[in-house]
Amino acid sequence: MNTQIEAPPETAVLQLPPETVKLTVQNLDFYYGSKQALFDVTVSFAEKAVTALIGPSGCGKSTLLRVLNRMYSLYPGQKAAGQVLLDGEDVLSSRVDVATLRARVGMVFQKPTPFPMSIYENVAYGVRLYERLSRADMDARVEDSLRRAALWEEVKDKLKESGLSLSGGQQQRLCVARGIAVRPEVLLLDEPASALDPISTAKLEETIAELKRDYTIVIVTHNMGQAARLSDHTGFMYLGKLVEFGETEQVFTNPVTARCRDYITGRFG
Amino acid sequence: MEHTLRAVDSDLGAMTHGIAAMGDLAVSQVRAALDVFVRRDLDLAGKVVRGDDALDIQDAEIEKRAIRFIALRQPMADDLRRPIAAMKIAMQLERVGDLGKNIAKRVLRMEASPPPGLVASIVGLGELSAERLAAVVDAFRAGDAQGAYSVWLKDTDIDERHERVLADLIQGMSAGGQSAGDWAHLLFIAKNLERIGDHATNIAELVHYQITGRELEDRPKL
Repeated sequence: MNTQIEAPPETAVLQLPPETVKLTVQNLDFYYGSKQALFDVTVSFAEKAVTALIGPSGCGKSTLLRVLNRMYSLYPGQKAAGQVLLDGEDVLSSRVDVATLRARVGMVFQKPTPFPMSIYENVAYGVRLYERLSRADMDARVEDSLRRAALWEEVKDKLKESGLSLSGGQQQRLCVARGIAVRPEVLLLDEPASALDPISTAKLEETIAELKRDYTIVIVTHNMGQAARLSDHTGFMYLGKLVEFGETEQVFTNPVTARCRDYITGRFG
Repeated sequence: MEHTLRAVDSDLGAMTHGIAAMGDLAVSQVRAALDVFVRRDLDLAGKVVRGDDALDIQDAEIEKRAIRFIALRQPMADDLRRPIAAMKIAMQLERVGDLGKNIAKRVLRMEASPPPGLVASIVGLGELSAERLAAVVDAFRAGDAQGAYSVWLKDTDIDERHERVLADLIQGMSAGGQSAGDWAHLLFIAKNLERIGDHATNIAELVHYQITGRELEDRPKL
C-alpha cells in the first residue's frame, strides 16, 4: 500500500454520472464589465439533490448562482460565456425565453423579499403569470406551497394579512413557498438563512431537506455547518474558480485540495 | 498552517501534548512491568499498579478535552480527525496500562522464579512490544504517517515471537518444576505482552488515519 503523502492537487472536481445530472455548467466565464468574475467553471448539479456552494466572500459563488437562471441579464455590462445545460438545453442561448427559464429555475434571496400584498397573494402572484387556475385550484396550490415551505400551520388563519406582517424567518419561508408555487424544477437559494435566528434556520433547513425529494436545489452559504447538514454535494470556490467539488461527506471529512482544507478548517488563507 | 482563531491551535497542541505524555507513561509502565517480572521487585510492582491510575485519569481527561473541542470549535476535516483519533488512541493506551498492571499483579502472585531461559524469552517479546509502542508514540508526536505505517507493517513479528514464547512455555510445562498456577500466570503474561503489541498496531492505524484521512486495511496476518 502506498502511504506516501503526495502533494495535494490544485483542483479536484468530481464528475457525476450523466444520468443523475439535472443542470450542467460547462467552461463558464463571467464578466462584470471588464472584470472577470468566473474562470472556466465546469460543474454538474445532481437531480433531486442539494448542492452547496461555499467559499470566501467574492469567490464567485453567488455569481455562479445568478448565471443559472440568467438573473445577471437584468444588469447591463454583465456577460457570460460558456454553457449552462438544463436537461441538455443551453439556457444561456438567446432562444431560451428568460421568463420561462425563471419559472423552471426559481430563486430565493439572502434577504426575505415578500411583496407588499397578502400572504395568499404573495404565493398566488407568480402562478398567475404562467397559469390560469380556478379559485379552488389556486387555493389548493397556495396551501400546498405553504405546506411544503413548512409555513402553512403558522399562517393558515391569516392568509389575508400582509406578508410584511410575518417575522423574518416566516417571510423567508413565504419566499420559498412563492418560489415553489410555480412548480420550478430547480431552486436556487442565495444565503437563505443568513438573516434568520437558529429556530427559523432549522425550520428552513428542514424545508429544504423535504423539498429535495422533488427539486434540484443549489444553495450558496457561508455557514459551513449548514452546507454539511443539508447538501449531498459541495463545491468550494476561490477567486472565481471551482477548486473542489465532491460528495459533501468527503469534502468535509477529507478534502483533497489544500485550499479547501484550509478554508473549511478556518486556517489562514 | 495556523488557524485564524488561535485558540484552535492551542487546543490541538494541548491535545497532542496530552496524548504524547500518556504514550510515554504507557511505554514506561510496560518497561517497568518487565522489570518487575525479571527482578520480582515487589516495590516496583506496587508502583506499576499505582501508575495505572494515572493512565486512567489521563484517558478521562483526553476524552473530556476532545468532546469539548468538538462542541466548542466545531472542527472539520483533519481538525475533526484529531479529537476522534485522540479519544481512540487514549483508550488504546489505557488498555496497555491495564495489561501492564495485570503483569505486575501476576508476578506478585507467582510462587517461584521461572527458569532464566524462559524469562529471557518472555522479556524478548515484551521488549519488542514496548519498542513498537514507543515507535508509534514517536510517530504520533512527529505527525509521521510513514513511521506509523512502518510499525503497522511489523505486527506479525510480535505474533511470531509470541508463538515462540508459547512453544517455550509448553516445553517448560512438560519438563515441570513450576506450579500449575505459575504456568497459568506465565501464559497470561505472555499473552498480555502480545496484546500490547496489538494495541501499538491499533494506534499506528489511528495515527495514520489522523494524518492522512485514510484507513489502513488488511492488517498483515501471521
